[in-house]
Amino acid sequence: MTRVGIIGLGHGVFGRRSDATVQELAFEAFREAVEDAGIDRDAIDASVIGAVPEYHKQRSVAGVVQEYLGLVPKPTWLTEVACASGSAAIRTAWMAIQSGLHEVVAVIGCQKMTELSTPEILALMGRVGEVQWESGFGTTFPGYYAMFARRHMHEFGTTREHLLDVAVKNHYYGAMNPRALFRKEITKEKAGSSEDVATPFQVYDCCANADGAACVILASEERARALSPHPVWLSGMGCATASMSVLRRPSLVGLPSAEQAGAQAYAMAGIAPRDVKVADVHDCFTIAEIMAYEDLGFCKKGEGGPFVADRQTYIGGTVAVNVDGGLKAKGHPIGATGVSMTYEIAKQLRGEAGKRQVSDADIGLTHNVGGIGQYCFVQVLTRD
Amino acid sequence: MFKWFGKVNFTPYTKVSAFAQHLRDGRLMGSRCTRCGATTFPPRADCHACMSGDFEFVELSGRGTLTTYTKIVAAPTGFDDLAPYIIGVVDLAEGGRALAWFGETVPEQDIEIGMSLQVVPRMFEEQEEIKVYYSLERPGTTWSKAVPPV
Repeated sequence: MTRVGIIGLGHGVFGRRSDATVQELAFEAFREAVEDAGIDRDAIDASVIGAVPEYHKQRSVAGVVQEYLGLVPKPTWLTEVACASGSAAIRTAWMAIQSGLHEVVAVIGCQKMTELSTPEILALMGRVGEVQWESGFGTTFPGYYAMFARRHMHEFGTTREHLLDVAVKNHYYGAMNPRALFRKEITKEKAGSSEDVATPFQVYDCCANADGAACVILASEERARALSPHPVWLSGMGCATASMSVLRRPSLVGLPSAEQAGAQAYAMAGIAPRDVKVADVHDCFTIAEIMAYEDLGFCKKGEGGPFVADRQTYIGGTVAVNVDGGLKAKGHPIGATGVSMTYEIAKQLRGEAGKRQVSDADIGLTHNVGGIGQYCFVQVLTRD
Repeated sequence: MFKWFGKVNFTPYTKVSAFAQHLRDGRLMGSRCTRCGATTFPPRADCHACMSGDFEFVELSGRGTLTTYTKIVAAPTGFDDLAPYIIGVVDLAEGGRALAWFGETVPEQDIEIGMSLQVVPRMFEEQEEIKVYYSLERPGTTWSKAVPPV
């Protein structure tokens, strides 16, 4: 199989963006990616938009983005798998290029969330659980992950402190990321004294709803070599699902979709978990990052808590994880998140991550989860 | 009449709608495939194992053990008047799982993973329309004695 290369990278500022529409947010990321790639906009054959439609007042968001970016009459389509919509967009663009149908495809993840109130968002997100048998009891998105956390603590002795260690680390790096929503460090004491959301989670265990966009431009191996001085390769692409309902999951201490997507991506890339130098994982809640370490094989099952407490996922540790601040500090504009992860890891592999640069970052990984693990996409990125 | 099920119901139409009538009458029902015999909770019309569309309801004891739980403090739209409330996931003795609120027979300080519980059919009282659900109670609790969630 030939490879697909990333030749252009763009990323807007994540936050409460009451200054911009969703297509204006998309344009910020797109313009930067086109300039970064050094190509003419006409060289783009198609676009794929990653977004979750129900948060937008505008229906069928791909069309309005396509027009505003100036890509009409080129093809476009939308991918939606909840919080993994951005990685699904990259996967379908990768498929389109691998099929030979298109040579250069722009992927834009974009989301405007803050037009809705927090209770409205809680209600929408809670319904990513199974609505027939679960939502009638007032389940919430944090509530599901809180139940994973409670079970993880019960089975493995993971502690409240371990969860807070994740939040502290991600805020530490978010403080260095000018595109992040929260650019300030926090202490464990502060995180542990915030308001309860869904026990054991408090406010600082949860990522924040945000607006934002990110863009990557992909090209066939041949075109990527011709167009880019430093292509980053999508060398491993994994994707798997798990049951919609927690009532049909054999285990509540990890995401089976993540284990399988990870194994697929490692196999396609021909690497092992220990080869990964830098990773962006889906830390929608603190426990989610700990489960990701385990599901991806960065540490053994049940050892994710001590792994972060020992600073093994800081720069200089076993594998640097979420050194862009993660969803936790960077913010989580759901459709944009997967594309933002690929942007960050490609930047790391190009050696352009500034103060947050991981030395010798030659192999990186992204792990983007939809819902409560119903969908998981894992990418292994490499450079020449 | 599946619209009876849940404080807020998002799926009024389903092939297992008789579940709600049974619940009103105090029976917690799972489904059994009449072809291969696979039994499950929550009930489903189409067999997960053999793909048959023929099923029958079977009454369950409701007994089970607590797998995990959380106290929801930040509630979604439609549930703010109940918050905070505790939900738990129970592995049922006859197979399958249920997610529900804890009822008044289980004080918050007694809740621990692994404890024995019973899923008990319930009805929202002081409402003109029929609204049914089930709650997690001390084993042996019967539905007629149950009280609404706190």
